[in-house]
Amino acid sequence: MARTTFSLGGVHPNDAKYAKDHAIEVLPLPQTVYISVAQHLGAPAVPCVAVGDTVKAGQVIAEPAGFISAFVHSSVSGTVKSIGPRKDLAGNNVTHIEIAVEGDDWVDGVDLSDTLITEIPADRAAVLDKIKACGVVGLGGATFPTHVKLNPAPGSKAECLILNAAECEPYLTCDYRIMIERTDEIVVGAAIMQMVLGGCKTVFGVEENKPEAIKALKESVARLGYKDMSVLPLKKKYPQGGEKQLIDAVMKRQVKSGGLPISVGAVVQNVATSLAVYEAVQKNKPLVTNTMTVTGDCVPDEAMHNYMFRIGMPLSYIAEQAGGVPQDAAKIISGGPMMGKAVANFDACTVKGSSSILYLSESATKRHPEGACIRCGKCAEACPMGLEPFLLNRLYKAGDVPALEQNAAQDCIECGCCLYTCPANIPLLDNIRLAKGQVMGAIKARAAAAKAAAEAASSEKK
Amino acid sequence: MTSTIIWTIAILAGLGLLLSLVLFFIAKKFKVEEDPRIDEVEAVMPGANCGGCGFAGCRAFADAAVKAPNLDNNYCPVGGNEVMKKVAAILGYEIKEKAPMVAVVRCNGTCENRPKTNIYGGSSSCKVKASLYAGDTACPYGCLGCGDCVNACQFGALSLDETTGLPVVDETKCTACGACVKACPKSIIELRNKGPRGMRVYVSCVNKDKGVVARKACSAACIGCGKCAKVCASEAITVENNVAYIDFTKCRLCKKCVAECPTGAIHDVNFPVLKPKAAPVEEKKEENNG
Amino acid sequence: MEKYIVSPSPHIHAKQSTSSLMGDVVLALLPAIAVSVVFYGWKELLVLAVSAISCVVIEWAITKWLFKKPGYFCGSSALVTGLLLAMNLPYTTPWWVVFIGALVAIGVAKMTFGGLGQNVFNPALVGRVFLLVSFPAYMTHWEIPQGLFGVDAITGPTLLGRVAENGAASIEGLNYWDTLFLNMGGSAGEISALALLAGFVYLVCRRVIKPWITLSIFATVAIIAAIFHCIDPAQFTGPAFNLLTGGLILGACFMATDYVTSPMSTWGGVIYGFGIGFLVMMIRYFGSYPEGVSFAILIMNAVVPLINRAFHQKKFGRA
Repeated sequence: MARTTFSLGGVHPNDAKYAKDHAIEVLPLPQTVYISVAQHLGAPAVPCVAVGDTVKAGQVIAEPAGFISAFVHSSVSGTVKSIGPRKDLAGNNVTHIEIAVEGDDWVDGVDLSDTLITEIPADRAAVLDKIKACGVVGLGGATFPTHVKLNPAPGSKAECLILNAAECEPYLTCDYRIMIERTDEIVVGAAIMQMVLGGCKTVFGVEENKPEAIKALKESVARLGYKDMSVLPLKKKYPQGGEKQLIDAVMKRQVKSGGLPISVGAVVQNVATSLAVYEAVQKNKPLVTNTMTVTGDCVPDEAMHNYMFRIGMPLSYIAEQAGGVPQDAAKIISGGPMMGKAVANFDACTVKGSSSILYLSESATKRHPEGACIRCGKCAEACPMGLEPFLLNRLYKAGDVPALEQNAAQDCIECGCCLYTCPANIPLLDNIRLAKGQVMGAIKARAAAAKAAAEAASSEKK
Repeated sequence: MTSTIIWTIAILAGLGLLLSLVLFFIAKKFKVEEDPRIDEVEAVMPGANCGGCGFAGCRAFADAAVKAPNLDNNYCPVGGNEVMKKVAAILGYEIKEKAPMVAVVRCNGTCENRPKTNIYGGSSSCKVKASLYAGDTACPYGCLGCGDCVNACQFGALSLDETTGLPVVDETKCTACGACVKACPKSIIELRNKGPRGMRVYVSCVNKDKGVVARKACSAACIGCGKCAKVCASEAITVENNVAYIDFTKCRLCKKCVAECPTGAIHDVNFPVLKPKAAPVEEKKEENNG
Repeated sequence: MEKYIVSPSPHIHAKQSTSSLMGDVVLALLPAIAVSVVFYGWKELLVLAVSAISCVVIEWAITKWLFKKPGYFCGSSALVTGLLLAMNLPYTTPWWVVFIGALVAIGVAKMTFGGLGQNVFNPALVGRVFLLVSFPAYMTHWEIPQGLFGVDAITGPTLLGRVAENGAASIEGLNYWDTLFLNMGGSAGEISALALLAGFVYLVCRRVIKPWITLSIFATVAIIAAIFHCIDPAQFTGPAFNLLTGGLILGACFMATDYVTSPMSTWGGVIYGFGIGFLVMMIRYFGSYPEGVSFAILIMNAVVPLINRAFHQKKFGRA
């Protein structure tokens, strides 16, 4: 059994990978897609098409607005019907570009064949440009623009590229499916990123509950023969796929509070991102498709699917294709059950980072009434960041922001272990999330004040 | 035996004397000189320590008021003009009298007007709910109904109405300290002029969506049609971002806008009930006088 | 469209709840309870029942009428307190004395502090010590057990009582195997070390408690006893005797590990355990009471807030 794991905390929810044996199916095109301009971390993109324009699949329809931002491409061919606010899955207004689908024409230069191209281009800058131009963002959840992450600030050197293949969230199986079905492409994508980072060590971190994926990756890595590349089985424990936890497990180094992975020489990329990098660099295909799982505890086996979807498809459309919302579903979640978002608006559309439609029954998901804290300390035991959620909860209620900062509320990764494990069902994470926001605000205000003071001092000198 | 008792008494008395001397000298040496007027001012304050004035508590306010050159920036909303007159008398300053204010909840998204679109299952806090998503109705601007304002109110002036799901302000208890305004993550509660005999007119909606969307989400929403602005003789009404706002410093309480509003989003409260002639426009006012 | 639940993540929850944890503690106590009932008969059963029922009823009444927050009522937690209190009393204790103990345990030690999770001192122990001080005659009176199956046992004072009066020499020739299975005299919680340890192992395996506090107490007691026994075997009893007799096992396994009144961190727990072990041995060797587990735990309960302040968990990425 694999013993490699992160050092603090963690929980062991039932992994419930019920959909793991369902091969990836390609979803048929809907009549209309709505493509959000805010599909990545950072500034929303700015639309660069007008109503009435004819677009092809893979054509840029919105341009990045700032350093941390990304291109958005049309996922279909057709006519732009409208550009305006539409509600996202939380019910908030976000600018969407509505495109009526006509046929399926792709822009020139996109290679839609499935021939494997194993040769790695040598021009680092050109590859980075391509990744940027194809709008690739991290598909592990945070949707951080990949070209920014693969281009560390001067002075910091990547020592290890970690491919996040843990898929530690229960229920989700889409990463598992691509690891089985598109193994070689993922490995080539990893090799491309390895080249971009200057040929560092590359490790696939896979949770041990996916032996087939470990076997497939090992075979592919051996067959394709890229240098310094290996597959490392990890213990099944949530949140094994958390960025800091994964670095801790693989490299035995802990990223300092507030630090970036690169500060310990690590770059972490999801396997789905690796596939997107492969398609972008080798096939010129922008990031307009991704895989997602339709699953849940109240879903019959025949209604479970792993789909390849195009961005902009309404969730309700996908649900219909999968056979409708199951009768017992009480909650619909986009993402995993630990960190995913509950869907408030089922007409919201898929984005680059969509990874699932998860139906949970009332018995599985309903929160129980909050009881009194019995000071059992289970939340502190479960916290992978070594925080003391019970204490943070108390300090938040007292409104003590300095003490919250001292007790590292800002280090919270919102993994949900504390709330998951609390026997008294105290909404620890609900409050700690807000506490984290307060502390971050205080830190930012302080930094701004310090900067202003420094500027004032330097201008005085002049 | 007697000598033991005498010794005990002597030693204890001596100890007491010695310690009291030490205390006396320490108190002398570390005495903090304070303006005695601070105590005087504090004595006339309401003593709620609510922070409505912008200071941490009544003593902090008194301290600031004594140190300030005038009372222009220091006003106790809870005590109102009466308390401020006393403060001014102690300090020898002039005061600018302020019209009494009251908290107004600008949302009429009752369970009936604004149907629920999902069930909120997280912790009962507007702050948590607002940070999570738009809310359990189709209106992303309206009241979330978890009662953060009720919890923030020290004076018991707010309560949640169970049938409407909205907070109700008890005007007799509201001191306009503004704690609820700060607590509301949706900025729905506003401090407005209490008005003559409590009469006032306001738009009970903050929905910035376009009319069709807003109307679909809530039958009592302001749709930004601008009819009220047109009919207003005193130019008190502005329509911005699809929502009307009545400037209470300009409003002359003519109530023409109330009659004009197609969705009943404009509320008039505490007006005397008129003869049957003018009845149709006044249906909702009783329950919504928050 | 049907309405679905929307709430912040996580969307699933572990199966453990406060009542399931307390249920596990009750289960863990069952072997020891069974042994005591077999050994002492229906009188013991009466003590257990009176204590358990009155604790639950008192807690329910206070949450309902005094707190006016019926949601605060946690029956399983009160049941645990009731059982632990009963296991600390002689089986001959009259029912009304048991009831007074329950009243003090729940009413004074638990609810005055704010109820579940707020109390500083272990309620069952406060109840027991209150009775010990108020009704010493009942609390130190040990009769010949009339077991269900007529099990024979030594009469008279407990082993620790004999040692306190006559010194370590009085227990010469004691067979420690007997104490492991069936201790002589003492309360329900002092009879069978093995039954108690079985419960403890169950709790650790079910991840209800961590073993560190208990192990720390045992280690401290063993080491201190070994040192003193080496110095003067005639006056000071040895490690095996001190580990197996009296309420040490019950205290270390079930009372000291109470969530509410023990430190949260592992190292805090070790320090807390050391403190208890040390105080137990000091009271046993030099105190006027023959047994000091209750007092030791209560004294260390008072120190827990300080320990919690001093020992924090190791944080990720912070030296």
